[in-house]
Amino acid sequence: MTISADHTAQHPAPEDRTPGPAAPGNAPEDAASEAVRKFGITVEDYMLPARHQIQMVGPDGTLNPHTEQGTQPGHEYALPGDGELMAAYEQLVVGRRVNDQNSALVRQGRMAVYPSSHGQEACQVAAALCLSDGDWMFPTYRDSVAVMARGVDPVQTMTLFRGDWHGGYDPSKHKVGIQCTPLTTQLLHGVGVAHAAKLRGEDTVVLAMCGDGATSEGDFHEALNFAAVFHLPVVFFVQNNQYAISVPLAHQSVAPSLAHKAVGYGMAGERVDGNDIVALLAVLGRAVRLAREGSGPLLVEAHTYRMQAHTNADDATRYRQDSEVAQWVAKDPLSRMKTYLTDCGLLDDDRAAGIAEKAEAVATQLREGLSEEVPVEPQDLFKYVFSTPTPQLKEQSAMLADELARDAASKTEAAK
Amino acid sequence: MSPTITTSSEANGNVSAATARAAATAAATAEQSGPRTVTLAKALNTAMADAMHADPSVLVFGEDVGMLGGVFRITDGLTKTFGKNRCFDTPLAESGIVGMAVGMAMNGMRPVIEMQFDAFAYPAFEQIVSHVAKMHNRTKGTVKLPMVIRVPYAGGIGGVEHHCDSSEAYYAHTAGLKVFTPATVADGYRMLREAIDSDDPVMFMEPKKLYWSKDQVDLDALRTEHTENTERGTSSEGRAAVARPGTDATLIAYGPSVPTALAAAAAAAEEGRSLEVIDVRSIVPFDDETVCASVRKTGRAVVIAEAHGFASVSSEIVARVQERCFHHLAAPILRVTGFDVPYPAPKLEHYYLPGVDRILDAVDDLQWED
Repeated sequence: MTISADHTAQHPAPEDRTPGPAAPGNAPEDAASEAVRKFGITVEDYMLPARHQIQMVGPDGTLNPHTEQGTQPGHEYALPGDGELMAAYEQLVVGRRVNDQNSALVRQGRMAVYPSSHGQEACQVAAALCLSDGDWMFPTYRDSVAVMARGVDPVQTMTLFRGDWHGGYDPSKHKVGIQCTPLTTQLLHGVGVAHAAKLRGEDTVVLAMCGDGATSEGDFHEALNFAAVFHLPVVFFVQNNQYAISVPLAHQSVAPSLAHKAVGYGMAGERVDGNDIVALLAVLGRAVRLAREGSGPLLVEAHTYRMQAHTNADDATRYRQDSEVAQWVAKDPLSRMKTYLTDCGLLDDDRAAGIAEKAEAVATQLREGLSEEVPVEPQDLFKYVFSTPTPQLKEQSAMLADELARDAASKTEAAK
Repeated sequence: MSPTITTSSEANGNVSAATARAAATAAATAEQSGPRTVTLAKALNTAMADAMHADPSVLVFGEDVGMLGGVFRITDGLTKTFGKNRCFDTPLAESGIVGMAVGMAMNGMRPVIEMQFDAFAYPAFEQIVSHVAKMHNRTKGTVKLPMVIRVPYAGGIGGVEHHCDSSEAYYAHTAGLKVFTPATVADGYRMLREAIDSDDPVMFMEPKKLYWSKDQVDLDALRTEHTENTERGTSSEGRAAVARPGTDATLIAYGPSVPTALAAAAAAAEEGRSLEVIDVRSIVPFDDETVCASVRKTGRAVVIAEAHGFASVSSEIVARVQERCFHHLAAPILRVTGFDVPYPAPKLEHYYLPGVDRILDAVDDLQWED
């Protein structure tokens, strides 16, 4: 089954179209010819997002009829298979449980901070599932669930937020960049990873993630432009959750959509319902496939909502209404999938119970792992600044060791 | 063994055609054995070419570094020799250049990137401070960033605003960055090879006014020295050098100020005063041992740097030396630095730059007993 995007487009059928006469003067020849070759459409129709966001399963959990999706050429999406959908649903349930467990651990003082992706779990899960083993992901601080869905140990993922160290997993081993705090700086790292892979002739694809507010940053522009100019296999995935802490999207950009920014770089953009994991898997899956086939970078904007405050330190009631949040409760990514999969006969009580059990096991792992008092090693302060500590760091290390030894001695003395 | 690299006669506007011709001649003859006249520019260019020959993961990129060979011609010929996948132009965006280099270094490459001028590197400051400097520490050493950020820096070339900043203190202040600055032609080769070999990121500060300075240098001997150092695990990395031995006072300088300090020492010698000149070479890591050994011997010191004196590398050197050498000092350590003003317009820069007279005045103020 194939579903595509636009139900208002008046385009003629693909076979009637003359390919690519209106290619922008500065469009990279590669992207234009790729688009024309693959889809038989103009380069603008390839680069501009479909006129509506791609949605396959609506908020009520029913599959949108094919006719309502339209038939815009070049923006056609196949429905993911049952196995893929069930695997995604399991990760959705785990992701929701992780978000709620971590928020609880912050309230209990077990973690310093947790930027929750509650409500954005479909984006988180699809970001991980669209990639192959050799691909790389570059996540932000809000993408812990995506990092775990990619296979990183949950407790290692949370080390950053527990406060033991600035990172807890090996990016090279998992092909997952560190969860980046400075906005969009990691997009350029993704561009570099893709560039290195391309120079070696590897078929690595990079998924580089950021939020709506981050699209205002200069590195967003530089990363998209570099990726386009060097024709690199990078999928830029923007989770538009409507708020940059307190500032709504309207104060960040008045572009028709964030996905429309793609055309300015000579790359393809697409909008997708960020709470519909079926559409997300289809859109990100196509983007990754096109990138791997050599079509250059793509930009995907997912329309979603940050259901909770920015972090536990934020008070969302100061800048948005409960009624607005309530509207998004009705669009929840988990409930619509549960309905859809149940109606399809893929999900029954037994399978749901099995999935809940798996989610609970991850929550238990987080609770136990983060409740454990792991001693920190003060000398680690000096060990990793450089490959080999400088003479100055050796001096400072000795000074701290001496302080600690004297502290220990005086405590022993006092105990006598 | 080494590629043929020509030095363009279209060198930057401050260099006379004669100088450029001399440099081109030097380049053409540099492959012969024995000492030859070599410019710092040629030494740096040869270091990159040799490193690219030795290791296919070494890449050079930046603004205008491809067919043009860089605005200072330091990357001249590299695209021609190694192809556009190994030396290439990027879009005009410094944060993009550094950020992309971070990703490339994460994925097996050793990027050597050029910031066109000191002050043009500032858009990349966030990438440098928040990622280049911190990635190794943040990942407990599982991610290394073997990258070199070359920065033509400092003044003395009659450059307009934003082309003459001494920006070394910003980088030296940031934990996790090595900061090298060569002052001689041979060190240009030696230190850039060491920087490219380093598994840690290096800010490689190139004194642009010395690019066309010349010396008798045997590049083959330097190659052999580099190979031997690599095999033995020895190198000059992180070591200061005694640029001129002396007994009465120590002049501590780096980069563009080293030739000025040497000129001051030569002038002082004519007046019967023996000044030792230390070339710091590596600002980070800093060679306390060599610097302090000299000051303990002489008992007097002047630190010389083009950068503003306030909260600067020169401040740090004074603090370190007095902490370690207080009982050997016959006088307070003085500094001759740029004034605490924005870098001046070309017609005013000679008032600003530390010169021989200002250095000798400082030496005179070192509380001599006679």
